[in-house]
Amino acid sequence: MNTLTMRNTMTYKPANLGRWIIWGIFAVILIVAPLIFNKGASLSILSQIGTVMIFSLSYNMLLGQGGMLSFGHAVYSGLGAFFAIHAMNLATAGSVWMPVTLIPLVGGVAGMFFGILFGYVTTKKSGTTFSMITLGIVELVFACSLMFPEFFGGEGGISTNRVYGEKFFGITFGPQIQVYYLIAFWLFISTVGMYAFTQTPLGRIINAVRDNPERVEFIGYDTQWARYLTLILSGFFAGIAGGLSAINFEIVTAENVSALRSGGVLLFTFIGGVGFFFGPMIGAIIGVFLTVMLSDFTKAWQLYLGIFFIVMVMYAPGGIASLLMLNLRVAKYGKFRRVWPHLWAVCAMGLVTFVGAVMVIEMLFHLTLESVNGTEMKLFGFMVDTAAPSGWFVAATLLAVGGYGFWHAKKTFQHVWGEVNTEIEDLIRRAEA
Amino acid sequence: MEFTLITLLNGMSYGLLLFMLSSGLTLIFSMMGVLNFAHASFYMLGAYFAYAISTKLGFWPALIIAPLVVGVIGAVVERYGLRSVHKYGHIPELLFTFGLSYVMVELVQLVWGRAAVPYPIPAELDGPLFTLFTTTFPMYRGFMMLIAILMLVSIFLVLTKTRIGLVIQAALTHPDMVEALGHNVPRVFMLVFGGGCALAGLAGVIGGNAFVTEPGMAATVGSIIFVVVVVGGMGSLVGALLASLLIGVLQTYAVALDYSIATLFTGLGAQITSQTFGYPVLKLTISQVAPIMPYLLLVLILIFRPRGLMGTREG
Repeated sequence: MNTLTMRNTMTYKPANLGRWIIWGIFAVILIVAPLIFNKGASLSILSQIGTVMIFSLSYNMLLGQGGMLSFGHAVYSGLGAFFAIHAMNLATAGSVWMPVTLIPLVGGVAGMFFGILFGYVTTKKSGTTFSMITLGIVELVFACSLMFPEFFGGEGGISTNRVYGEKFFGITFGPQIQVYYLIAFWLFISTVGMYAFTQTPLGRIINAVRDNPERVEFIGYDTQWARYLTLILSGFFAGIAGGLSAINFEIVTAENVSALRSGGVLLFTFIGGVGFFFGPMIGAIIGVFLTVMLSDFTKAWQLYLGIFFIVMVMYAPGGIASLLMLNLRVAKYGKFRRVWPHLWAVCAMGLVTFVGAVMVIEMLFHLTLESVNGTEMKLFGFMVDTAAPSGWFVAATLLAVGGYGFWHAKKTFQHVWGEVNTEIEDLIRRAEA
Repeated sequence: MEFTLITLLNGMSYGLLLFMLSSGLTLIFSMMGVLNFAHASFYMLGAYFAYAISTKLGFWPALIIAPLVVGVIGAVVERYGLRSVHKYGHIPELLFTFGLSYVMVELVQLVWGRAAVPYPIPAELDGPLFTLFTTTFPMYRGFMMLIAILMLVSIFLVLTKTRIGLVIQAALTHPDMVEALGHNVPRVFMLVFGGGCALAGLAGVIGGNAFVTEPGMAATVGSIIFVVVVVGGMGSLVGALLASLLIGVLQTYAVALDYSIATLFTGLGAQITSQTFGYPVLKLTISQVAPIMPYLLLVLILIFRPRGLMGTREG
């Protein structure tokens, strides 16, 4: 390679306008969101979404970008949260100087430290073994949390008060809106940071490690080292999320380091979509809505979450983000008109099946868990007697009709969808040639 | 002496129960490369089915029927769930079984409620088997060990002496060649998956009344059997047996020992008070540390012998 071509590859690129616009819109949304959703508990839900977004984005550094399926990511965020809350308590007592604004950084450093410690063991393996070891680590930490009540606070956890120290331009972090903006600020910074990571050489090589570790070894990289470094960085961002949740809730319990919490972030991230950078953010929104809103409506919300997850794994392994992007691509090539009648049929039939399934589940739950208070229950605005056959008959009919219709509509839809996408891929290939 | 022997026997019976679970998991893993995250859920399902059947027909029919039902459910899950996810790779398969474990716990709660169900030990087996010095060893513990050993021997015989066992062994290493010889490899996979789940179900039938039958029982053993599989070496049945016995005995001993590092130092003449540096760690007794023992063992094994006790390959 001579110097001329070297100079050619290093040409100066003008400012990327599209990127500036997207990040600008993101910042504007973060600023405007609490002004639009200002009713009741929506502010606390927004704050929660913010922390879960950072958490699931950091998780996707492992799962989506590194192909590492971890069952124990809550270890890093949870331990980060514990260190953050202890830092807040120490700052309140006056033994260290630490403003609330920088508390997430304490969590981040703690998460990173434990990433260095545990990552050394977990990243020795990849694939399925990695998953099992992360499960072992999370159980280890969780069991430890009951052994050391001095640090983890035992059953009750550790609580704190986020209003301490001097006012900074009148900001005390007492009102929820100020906490929201603190979370939004850290969310923006972390998102930029994690996006920047995908563009670094390490970020690129971890994609290669995910796709073909053997070849990466052949071109001279240590795959274990790449996984280790990625895990450490991911632990840092998870710790930031933990620190923010400590500020938001003012309490951290052993549940924050549990396998349950780790499983939750895995569900949300996957449902959102691991193939795209913004996928986990969608997952965080859906996840928080499901846990906060759905749990008010029904006792069976975890069952719905599980079934939804299985359906996604089986039929849309790319998550919501990939569904969006694929439909967007079809629309971009102007072929959406051919797809949408079938899409509509599939969705309508899916809805009928869904209503039938919800009826069955709700009636069963009522019958087994709440029949002491009478067998009647309210379902979609109607009174249904779970002991009488009529309700069951309606549910079974809906399930049967919907199921058959869905199966039928799905076949034609898959056919048309495949046809359209083959044409698009053809067009793309021809454009490249 | 009395304590040592009785604890050893208790530990062995617990270890053998762990082996009944981990043997199915190992078989499925080494054959299909699928880590069945829902394996412990099949164990739970076995216990609940046994409870339901034993209230109608009694314990002995339940011992036969419940594992069979669980095995059929496992085969259906493989045929209509796992097989369609298989084309996406191993991680979606693992995710599928992870989702399944989530759903199965909820379904069990849907049918049998959230509280533990009264699933008793059958009257014929309720009593002491023998008395060692002054401690009695319950008959049911002996029955558990007997079933586990019978199962171990029959797996060994099926895998080495029968035609289907030979096909399974061949399909472990050379699935393409076995398929070319005219065997239906996907059906063999389905059989193995169903069989592994049936073993977990059997463990549930005899473990459910020895311990407690509740929706949380899958989570209690779930993580430990993964530890067993990793410590024993991925895909090694002998390794799984050794690791299950090791962990069973280790945990049973640890729970019964009430010593801490502080007692050791005090015995040596040192003064340990709550002011001493590191007191929270020093005062922990071995029984308090017992829950983390399997996981500590996992970490140590990974550092010093990454392929596990009897493993042959580095994963």
